[in-house]
Amino acid sequence: MWRRLLVGVATSALVLSACQQAAAGEVEVFSWWTAGGEADGLAAMVEVFNEEYPDLTFVNSAVAGGAGTDARAQLATRLQASDPPSSWQGHAGQELIGTYVAADQIEPLNFLYQEEGWLDVMPETLIPLISEGDNIYSVPVNIHRANVMWYIPSNLEEWGVEAPTTWDEFLATAATLEDAGVTPLAIGFQWTHMHLLETVLLGSLGADAYSALWDGSGDWSSADVTAALETYQQVLEFANSDASTLEWDQAAQLVVDGTAAFTIMGDWAEGFFKAQGLEPETDFGWAPAPDTDGLFQFLSDSFVLPVDAKNREGALAWLRVAGSQAGQDAFNPIKGSIPARSDGDRSLYDAYLTSAMDDWATDTVIGSLTHGVVANDAWKAEIDSALGLFLADGDVGAFQEALVAACAETGPCS
Amino acid sequence: MTSVPVTIAAPRGAGRRAWARSLGRGLRFGLLLACAAFFLLPIWVMLITGLKSFDEVSLARMWELPSGINLDNFAAAFERLAPNLLNSILLAVPAAAISAVIGSMNGYILSKFKFPGSDLVFTLFLVGMFIPYQSVLIPLVLFVQSIGLSGSLLGLILVHVIYGIPITTLIFRNYYATVPTEIVESGRVDGAGFFGIYRHLILPLSIPGFAVVLIWQFTQVWNEFLFALVLTRPQTWPVTVALNNMAGTQIVEWNVQMAGALLAALPTLVVYILLGRYFLRGLMAGALKG
Amino acid sequence: MQVRRAFQGRWVAVGMLAPSMLAVAIFVYGFIGWTARVSLSEWRGLLPDYTWAGLANFVDLFADRRFHIDLVNTLVFTSFFVVGAVTVGLLLAILLDRQFRGDSFFRSLFLFPLAISLVVTGVAWRWLMNPSTGERLSGLNLLLGTFGIDPLAWHTSDQPWGIAFVALPAVWQMAGFTMALFLAGLRAIPEELKEAARVDGASELQVYRGVILPLLRPVLLSALIILGHLSLKVFDLIVAMSGKDIRLDVPSIYMWTTTFDANNYARGAAIAIVLLIMVAVLVVPYLAWSLRREAEV
Repeated sequence: MWRRLLVGVATSALVLSACQQAAAGEVEVFSWWTAGGEADGLAAMVEVFNEEYPDLTFVNSAVAGGAGTDARAQLATRLQASDPPSSWQGHAGQELIGTYVAADQIEPLNFLYQEEGWLDVMPETLIPLISEGDNIYSVPVNIHRANVMWYIPSNLEEWGVEAPTTWDEFLATAATLEDAGVTPLAIGFQWTHMHLLETVLLGSLGADAYSALWDGSGDWSSADVTAALETYQQVLEFANSDASTLEWDQAAQLVVDGTAAFTIMGDWAEGFFKAQGLEPETDFGWAPAPDTDGLFQFLSDSFVLPVDAKNREGALAWLRVAGSQAGQDAFNPIKGSIPARSDGDRSLYDAYLTSAMDDWATDTVIGSLTHGVVANDAWKAEIDSALGLFLADGDVGAFQEALVAACAETGPCS
Repeated sequence: MTSVPVTIAAPRGAGRRAWARSLGRGLRFGLLLACAAFFLLPIWVMLITGLKSFDEVSLARMWELPSGINLDNFAAAFERLAPNLLNSILLAVPAAAISAVIGSMNGYILSKFKFPGSDLVFTLFLVGMFIPYQSVLIPLVLFVQSIGLSGSLLGLILVHVIYGIPITTLIFRNYYATVPTEIVESGRVDGAGFFGIYRHLILPLSIPGFAVVLIWQFTQVWNEFLFALVLTRPQTWPVTVALNNMAGTQIVEWNVQMAGALLAALPTLVVYILLGRYFLRGLMAGALKG
Repeated sequence: MQVRRAFQGRWVAVGMLAPSMLAVAIFVYGFIGWTARVSLSEWRGLLPDYTWAGLANFVDLFADRRFHIDLVNTLVFTSFFVVGAVTVGLLLAILLDRQFRGDSFFRSLFLFPLAISLVVTGVAWRWLMNPSTGERLSGLNLLLGTFGIDPLAWHTSDQPWGIAFVALPAVWQMAGFTMALFLAGLRAIPEELKEAARVDGASELQVYRGVILPLLRPVLLSALIILGHLSLKVFDLIVAMSGKDIRLDVPSIYMWTTTFDANNYARGAAIAIVLLIMVAVLVVPYLAWSLRREAEV
């Protein structure tokens, strides 16, 4: 009996230590890619990872929920408990830097960029936006464009209008459409309103003034900003009345149904239109949001290296795959975005995505607000509150004041 | 139990009484059916959406019946949610059971043993019922992690048992308050100790109380999302977290999502349908009389 | 001999209660203490920062326009929810307080919304309460239209009435529970009292007003407290319905976004403390009253 017990204990000890060994080969990655094209794209990238690093096991700790709010809450509790995963997904830019660099939670990756030669294949205008000073803090996997306006060409023809290229044109076209009984603009929940706001700001102010707002050199209380906010208010008057009950894709559905003419949404909308059975260019069309031609307002999903990452070597392996041509070309065509690298295999990408890749190579790169490039979380949350109050009471003056206060309290303004 | 129907005025003649009786009954039934329709409305929407194919799902076509009984969604949802349904069962059954036993013990003590401070202790327990979960999230995770239970179902069971102490104690205390003290006294006179009285005298009387507590705790634990989100890992996710993940963050397949939601609600629904009358009987036996 | 045994029993009892007391002390009061400490600090990032800030967070909070909206919304929601759940629950209890074929079916039916998570039904209710008009009429508005009633804006109505409509699914979920409470209360009313009133010539309505409703007061109070505190904690339902629209903001949502989206732990803790105080204001007097009443009995 005792011998059996001893054997049992010894075996368990062996098994346990074997488990420890296996655990050393685990790479736990947080993301919010849990369903649809996102999950499939991640799976494809994981396949590449498994091929290149067969002795590492990828643990998918994805949590869904509103561009990561639940995932970030879970991540926050893990970091508080000093139990970080091997890596996590975040929006490149201030969302990552303002939160995690400020708290010394992630490491600079310059060494990795040099080893892998990424500085040669990623656009120059991108690097400063994902760095703090000279330190680069994340590996961007994909690029999405925020300032895109979508429509159904055959419907526009039927209504006798064209896609507007400036906001003045938009307001005029919208008036015509409204008279014809068509909702000019389809929009949804509050975050889509912020998404619209940033394109209006960019279009109204232009690239330099817009960028200045985010680094502390611009003036939120200026008359130009007032004009931009007033334009925003006028544009909103042409939006659907039930906006606050619609997800972004239900708003895009209005465009597909012919009830609405335009929706301004990031280029993940392309996946939606295609899922409805529509073909790019023939069935659905796109144009840069009014007044933003030549400007690529981007956001990027990227991965970081936590300080004290679990299995640091495994984490670095994952980052290498995330930044590699094979990894990005596996992920992006399925996800519906373009690679951050400039050397993606164009044959894998559809009509819209190849045109986006062209724009990415030539346009001026500007950061998105809603999707975490230009403002850190605290600042963005203040802007969100201010926006919500504006949507409730329509007071442009109060809105602008709140934006000024937000920049002073949580942004770089003095 | 009363069986007197609603009469309109002082009874005056058998004929009028009968007419009034059937009018009353008809009215009552009509009202009940209207309420039943109201109660079933959201479930109906979820059901027909769950039976539709992806292109049939849109706000504009909410009330349209599905073109056919499309059980694929349920199959797909079940495939994705099956392991998490198991996790939820492994979570909710022990949590509810342990919760009930602890509540019963506490309720018995607080209702039959008037030691100095017992009222204060009871009040302090009750206040615990009212804290919002979000406000204790961070220290809770830190604590669970420090005892090495982060990520395991055991940790989540422990948390639910602890936060269930106030409500289960309340229910049992109120229930045992209706049990005459003479029973405890007679047990003592017969020479039984604390545990003896509890096992042989109190427990057999506790069925209605257990019914209420088990059903309530099972439902609460099964449907809880927040603690489940931060205290478990993918292998141990209960169905609430998995269901949320199924929706994803981009385009939601509402047909599969609704099917999944109905599947996730099935166990609790079954519990209520099968055991609902015991829940009611327990409540009526004084479990929450205030 | 008997005295000693009773004495022993008492110590065993306290001993059995001790683990619960310890757990509650840590998990409830310990954590509340931690939250209170954070609310008095300057913790505004991922790293804990316990620098003393006094009541600054609370002062800022009460000057915050969004928090004003939260408080108004809480008041409106709680009023409509509690009144709605009590009224519907009482109505159902009265309707079901008699035996007839199918009575237990109806009782189970009205109870079962409790079994379903609000995260899930929140979305169904959001669809039902879609406010589109004209060609895009859908949801409940479509049904109302068949009765010739104008479409409502439901929860997209101007602040503060939007949140009153959010109370509808909440009532849907809790009315069955209130019904169960009232059924229990109704069963407890002795038949003799009702008969006595009828013999005295009271109509059924007068029996209700004079005998039954007054005797339901303790049950009503329990219901008010339980519903009241649930209403202060409501989170999942509103997020599912509103997509974090500020017009439907409530303190529990503001606490979440401020802690986890904006990483402002200090302000989040301050909101939590305010919520706790609001709950305490409701609950403590009731508990004191209830315990005093028991002592009298």
